[in-house]
Formats: sequence, structure tokens, C-alpha cells
Amino acid sequence: MSRFEFVACSELIQILGLRADDERELAEILAEVSLDCVHYHTHGHFLRHGFVGAPYPNDFATWAAIQVRDRVLGERLGVVSPLEFSSLEALREEILTIIDDHLSHLTIVPRVIFGEPFDFIQSRIVEVPTGVTADSLEEFRDGLAAIQPSAIYFHTIEAPRRLARPETDFAAWLREGLGRTALAEAVNRVDPYAGSLERLRTELLRLCDADLNRPGHVPAGLMANTRSGASIPG
Amino acid sequence: MIPASLEAYREVAPPGTAEFLYRLSEKVQGRSFLHVNSTRQGGGVAEILMRMVPLLNDLGVKASWEVLDGDPEFFRVTKAFHNSLQGEEQVITDDMYEIFLECNRQNAERLPLDADLIMIHDPQPVALILRRDTRGKWVWRCHIDASRPQRRVWNFLRGYVERYDAAVFSLPKFAQRLPIPQYLVYPSIDPLSDKNRELSDREVAGILSRLGVPQDKPILLQVSRFDRFKDPVGVINAYRMVKRRTECRLVLAGGGAVDDPEGQVVLAEVREAAGRGPDIHVLELPPDAHLEINALQRAATVVLQKSTREGFGLTVAEAMWKGKPVIGGTAGGITVQIVYDLTGYTVNSVEGAAYRIRYLLHNPEAATRIGRIAREHVRRNFLITRHLADYLMLLRAVGGASLEGGA
Repeated sequence: MSRFEFVACSELIQILGLRADDERELAEILAEVSLDCVHYHTHGHFLRHGFVGAPYPNDFATWAAIQVRDRVLGERLGVVSPLEFSSLEALREEILTIIDDHLSHLTIVPRVIFGEPFDFIQSRIVEVPTGVTADSLEEFRDGLAAIQPSAIYFHTIEAPRRLARPETDFAAWLREGLGRTALAEAVNRVDPYAGSLERLRTELLRLCDADLNRPGHVPAGLMANTRSGASIPG
Repeated sequence: MIPASLEAYREVAPPGTAEFLYRLSEKVQGRSFLHVNSTRQGGGVAEILMRMVPLLNDLGVKASWEVLDGDPEFFRVTKAFHNSLQGEEQVITDDMYEIFLECNRQNAERLPLDADLIMIHDPQPVALILRRDTRGKWVWRCHIDASRPQRRVWNFLRGYVERYDAAVFSLPKFAQRLPIPQYLVYPSIDPLSDKNRELSDREVAGILSRLGVPQDKPILLQVSRFDRFKDPVGVINAYRMVKRRTECRLVLAGGGAVDDPEGQVVLAEVREAAGRGPDIHVLELPPDAHLEINALQRAATVVLQKSTREGFGLTVAEAMWKGKPVIGGTAGGITVQIVYDLTGYTVNSVEGAAYRIRYLLHNPEAATRIGRIAREHVRRNFLITRHLADYLMLLRAVGGASLEGGA
């Protein structure tokens, strides 16, 4: 049986100096930027929303809905799930297609009037081993409850994307390391893109506790729900 | 004074943070990291450095902090630069540029500018780069909102900024067109400092009594330098709109800084606008009045930061950390800290501020909910522990260590 080591991550954020004031510019610049930039504004969005979830699950949707005040485009972009795309290039193409289709039905290009322009950003992510390891489901569950939220991001979003793997690190280890196939499948069905990292942690802990026949666990001090479904320490 | 040990932060930082920082710092052990700014006391930069430098040392980095030595004439010039960079029309003469450069030249001779990474904070010491030698990397850390600067001053400063290896801004929109990499690092608050540590109700009551602020009515509070960009007169006008039908008290508390000679002029304007009403308190606090600010924030029912221009506006995070609902101007970093209706309210007018003050005073359950989420939002995003991680990453990326190969 292999040991699971929790790995957290940190990011160095670089401002590219590219700025869009309207939706046409957004598409034109998006078509040219690096894939690291596409990653930052889609997958990477979740690393920055560990607790309070944003109204929409990627930066493009949030900008269209909140800053441009174009709810229709915000909603159409907000439903795009990065899980459904095998590459960042394919994800970029989908976003561009949605924007182009949206603009083709309009006579004017929506732009920011009272809001802020869209700033293109990219980041470099560094892995940081936490030293927290697990040899059993009990240890895994306790580690999951204690680790930094960035470790949840790393194992559920970053590592699977890098390795182009269809399942999270957690699901892979539960199946391959512990032979708990049913639990692995349940863990894999949890959508990491559906809210904040704390919501994700809470959901994963619930599945572990159910498998261990433990009463439902709520991490210390958690009391209520935010917009994103995360719990709030009091 | 709390010992500068990361261990002291275990109880307040998010789970796993201390171990994470120990691991992240492994590759920068023994590297030197020098900070230079223009004041030892007063203002957000000095407050951050006061704790950041000892904590970096605790993590094995050889961190140090030097302060630019300038006379009042120099600081009048840099205040004009500051206002100009924040978009206010200023007259800058050739003599003023010369005063600026001469002070930087003298300090460049005096200061030990030798480290693996040298971080120069804000425009005042920016020309120290003239004395760079081949060793070490230089980063310019801009804390102010320079998104719409007066071009002549920015063009002058830009000539120096371009000589740096990188620039760091507090918000993407503050970034400029520069031929060097530009990074994003949010500033932070120290939860264990006198300004933010827990206080008992008795301590709070004692301090407010000494300040002459009764706790008999809900307190509206704005803490900031007396600076027109903070719109203290707008806060007074919003308070007067609320006061027509709702009992409350307004406290405007301003701390001074040695590099802000304009503060007294604005303070006089604020006193005049406040008049002699018994429920408005204009407090001029010394730069080290951290406990007083802490107590005022804890005693407040609603905290305002109605800035029209703002660098980051850390007083917002300070109040949020104390579980207070904050109403902020839609400016600078206030929009990052306040998630509308979840961690506070951003407003665009005096009327908007008055409306939200009245709403929070009459809906205490909403104020409590917002305050609770706001505190957790700060814990995750705006504590010094997150800031430490960002600086360790910069030291690795710019200061010569590799970003590759994990921790």
C-alpha cells in the first residue's frame, strides 16, 4: 500500500499589463495570451476563492456579469465547466466561441461604463509538500481536515490537470492505495468547480466520515453557510 | 510587544499555515532581503514592515529594514509627487525634482544597499536604484493607486522604475506599461499587533473613556489619515443624513505620519465641517496610537472607509478582522476586500453611504452576519501570514532561488 502525502501550493502572480474595456477586446486579447493566463482565470480562480466563493466560477464570467453588467454573457460563461475540456486550448476555444456567438446577436459591444476593466494575469504555481501523510483512511480524513486549502486545490484541480488525468489525486489514492473503489467513485463525483475550496473540503470529509461510520464532521467552529456553500468559523 | 515568532500565529492563521511557511522558506534560508521605505512610524507600509522583517528572520531569511532620511522640504516634494501620482493636479518645479534627487543621492551613500533582494517601497526612495551594483536584485514595491497619474511626474519616476528587475503592485489596475515583470501582492494586517489583537470589553471601555467618546449610542467610525482622498467631509455629510432619524455618534480618527505634511490642513477643514455638535468626535491621534484605534474599531457598530482614491485601504481589513460590517468607497483595494453584501458594502456616493449606514443600524442581524464572514475572509486573504508566503515566493523567483523543484 502506498502512502499519500498532502502537497499544498503557492502562486506568484504576474500582471501582464493587458487590459480589456469591452467584450470584443476581451476575446481578442484572450485569443493571444499564454495558456498560463487562461489557467489563472479559469482553474486558478478556485485557488483564490478558498472560503468566499465568487458569484461566478471563472474570472471571465464574473467580469461580464459584475463589471460590464452583461448578465447574459456572465451566465453563459459561468456554466462552462473546465472538467469537460481535455486541454486549456480547448477551454479557451469554448470561451471564445461563446463570446463571439453572444456578440453576433448584439448591435453594440457591451463595455465597462461604471465598472473596472479586465486585467489579464498569469501565475506560476510552486508545489509545497506539507509533511502530512496518510497510510489509512482515518489518517487521510484527519489530514484532509487539517491541511491548508491550497492542498485541496492542488490535489483536486491542479495535479489532475497537469497529468491530464480524469480523476483527482484523492480518488486515485483511495482506489489504488486503499482499494476503496466505492468511496473513490463517490469522491470523484464531487465537482471541484462548483464552489469554494472549503465547500469541497466539507463534502469530502462527509464522504470519508460516512465510509468510516463516523458521525458527520464539522471542522472546529464551523457554523453557517456562505453564498458558495462554505462553512464559516465563528 | 508580541515576540516575532511564527509559532505565535498558529492560533489565528488558517489551519496548516505555519507548516506551509516553514516548507516554503526552505529554499531561501540565509538569503538577504533588505526593505527600504521613508518612515519608521505611521502609515500602512511601516506597520507591515515592523512585523514582516522579524518574521522573515524567524523563517531563516536575513531580512533587514532601512529608512530614508529626509527633511521637511523633501517630504513636501514627495507628498506633491504622491498626490500627482494619485491623479491630483500639482505644480512640480525643476527645483523640486532636484530636492528629490539630492535626498536620494545622499541616502544612497549612507544606506547599506547590499542584499540578494532589495525592495524599495513607494516613490520616495525610488532613485536609490542609481547606486545599484551588480550583486542582488532590485524590486520596486508600489503601494499607492497610481493608475491615473499626472504624466509628467510618472515619466520622471518611470526612468528610475525601469532600472529595477521587477515591480510589485497591490492591484492589477495600478500596474503601468513597463518593460519589467510586474507582480501582484496584496498587503496585509498583523492580527497580533496592538492595533489588531483581542481586547476585553473593559479595556475598550477604558480607552474610549480616555478619548472622551461615550458608548451610549451606536458609533460610526472612520479611521484614516486626514487626507482629502479619504473623503472625511463626505463621511460627515452621510452621518448628518442618517442622524435626522437615527441616533448615532460619529468618530473620525486620524493618525499622522512624518511624510504627510498636508494632514494638518485637511484636519482643519474637517473640524470646520464637523462644527460643534456633541455627537461628532474628531480625534487627532499620534502615529503610535494603535491600541486606541483597536478599541475604537471594536466599539464601533459600523466602520466606514469612504475613500475616493485608495492604495489598498487596510483599515478595511482591520475592521473586518474585528467582525465589523464595513462600508467602503469603490476605490482601490477596498473593492477586493469587500465582497458586496457578503463581507460589507461598497458605495459610490454620500447618499449610498448614508443608505447603507441606516440599513446596518436598523438590521443588526445582517451586520452580525456580514461581520462574521468578513473576519473569515480576512483570515484567509489579508493576514501577514499570507503576505509572508508572497514575499518568500518573490525571494525565490526574483532573488535568485529557483521556483522549480517544489519546496
